[in-house]
Amino acid sequence: MNGKEKILIVDDERIVRESLLHWFEEDGYDVEAAEDGEIALKMFDKSKYDLLLVDMKMPGISGLELLKKVKEIDKETIVILITAFASVPSAITALKDGAYDYVTKPVDPDELAHLVKKALEQKALKHENIQLKENIEEIIKPDNFIGESQQMKKIFELIHTVATTDTTVMIRGESGTGKELVAKAIHINSKRKYFPIIPVNCGAITETLLESELFGHEKGAFTGAQFKRRGKFEMADGGTIFLDEIGSISPKMQIELLRVIETKQFSRVGGNQLINSDFRVIIATNEPLEDLVKQGKFREDLYYRLNVFSIVVPPLRERRADIPILAYYFLNKFATAMNKPVKSISKEAMDFLTNYDWPGNVRELENAIERAVVIGKENSIHVKDLPFHVSANNIINENGEKSLASMECKYILQVLNENNWNISRSANILEIDRVTLYNKINKYGLRNKN
Amino acid sequence: MDINVIPIHLSNSGLLDDILFELSQRFNSRVNLIELDVNIESAFSIERKQFFSTQLLSNAIILSDNINGKILLLTEFDLYVPALTFVFGEAQLNGKHSIVSLCRLHEEFYSGRSDHNLLLERALKEILHEIGHNFGLKHCLNWDCVMHASLSIEEVDIKGNQYCKTCVASIEGYKIF
Repeated sequence: MNGKEKILIVDDERIVRESLLHWFEEDGYDVEAAEDGEIALKMFDKSKYDLLLVDMKMPGISGLELLKKVKEIDKETIVILITAFASVPSAITALKDGAYDYVTKPVDPDELAHLVKKALEQKALKHENIQLKENIEEIIKPDNFIGESQQMKKIFELIHTVATTDTTVMIRGESGTGKELVAKAIHINSKRKYFPIIPVNCGAITETLLESELFGHEKGAFTGAQFKRRGKFEMADGGTIFLDEIGSISPKMQIELLRVIETKQFSRVGGNQLINSDFRVIIATNEPLEDLVKQGKFREDLYYRLNVFSIVVPPLRERRADIPILAYYFLNKFATAMNKPVKSISKEAMDFLTNYDWPGNVRELENAIERAVVIGKENSIHVKDLPFHVSANNIINENGEKSLASMECKYILQVLNENNWNISRSANILEIDRVTLYNKINKYGLRNKN
Repeated sequence: MDINVIPIHLSNSGLLDDILFELSQRFNSRVNLIELDVNIESAFSIERKQFFSTQLLSNAIILSDNINGKILLLTEFDLYVPALTFVFGEAQLNGKHSIVSLCRLHEEFYSGRSDHNLLLERALKEILHEIGHNFGLKHCLNWDCVMHASLSIEEVDIKGNQYCKTCVASIEGYKIF
């Protein structure tokens, strides 16, 4: 009745074939007919049919044999068998082999029409159900976690491998490479996906606060603790806890963390009651923990406890093939959100984007495109719309060095100097937290000469 | 375009007159009654004691293909197509010939009670339906439309007795009520 579904009638009797074909055509179906099983299989090979109406008894390939072969090719195809004589054993065999139903000739028109309609409606619902499930999977994919480069394909494979296990995962990569997105991807593809993933940025919180954040606290545990509060480990029960910038936690917290990860038990700050929580641990770091272990800044036992399965997220400059895809993804995202008619990126701007080293990685690219969409006056993004081309090129030209560390050091120093070494403002511009900025200042030995 | 009605084994002349009158009220075209000696034996199934509608149509086509306009066979015979227990009628999609059986439109067939007006209403619905197929229409989803599929007598009674606004556009010479 909808003119869309395709039906194949297979019957060796011409008058049966033709009358059914004609009868179904009036209902608006797209109907074809075959005089035997072999022809039907050839037709089935070339074209897709939603429903087959098959005579049980035919010379050559029988209706039951045709049913089996059709189901081997496409198990979703509906097959209704028709026979002149009702036979219980053959009906049972047909249904066991995947026939939707079994009718005897002559069949009541009302019965046949409703049987076909019901079968096709069920198939459509099943198809719709699958599509909806796929759409849900699509929706819960982390935002901007995209890439078609070999490196990203490898990452997707690793995520797929580890997601189904409960293994602790260590994600390594520079700032802005998307470590949290990898963690989310692991979580949403795991059996824990219906429980929360709780992210904690260990580098952004002081030791005392981190303890309270992770374990929670009882009322009155410390000044300002006016209410009892659940900690992140407790919130992550059934789900995943994502500990970002793990390298920045204090030795005391390292001991606490090791104990909690091993026992899955802890007490709230100021409390005695032991709390059990079933969580998976995913950690991320942008600095080599091995070096911190050698320097005695990170516990070796915790390192081995955490370094079970490692995923290294490559910096954007090592997967330049993904830059155009990401750039257009962000362009569409921001142009839609801001309702701006920006639709393309000029060749020169794209050349610049793909050649630039992106010390801030995907996050920096996202911000650059957002800014370009904001200030762009035309339908296309041009080099002049990009926020950093002058300063970035200057850094490269002045030094002739292209190492990330060198560029990062110079860029941080430039931002600090431009902002009179105001740490908060500089950290804000660099889009990193203050602790990370302090770490980087120490790492590169930067000093305020004024 | 004329509408030509050919009765086959139809003894109820009063009903035939009423049908011809109603059709002439609904169509701008001329409605003619034509006598034709259609071969019925070859369409009869001894086993089923029914007439194969496609065969009856084929037999009529041989005799009436030169007649202008639509040709409607009207019969009291119980019609069937192989694989189905019965059909109320059959038509050439985008063609000129159609056939309607009154056999299962009689209320007597179901309740033993005779009802001339009900029979006339059912017959007109099925005639308009088959003529609709002649004009290329397929089954309509609108229950108020006469082109809605009717696979049982209940469905014949439920559906409307006119073409819907969409379907009527395809019917040449139909007076919109």
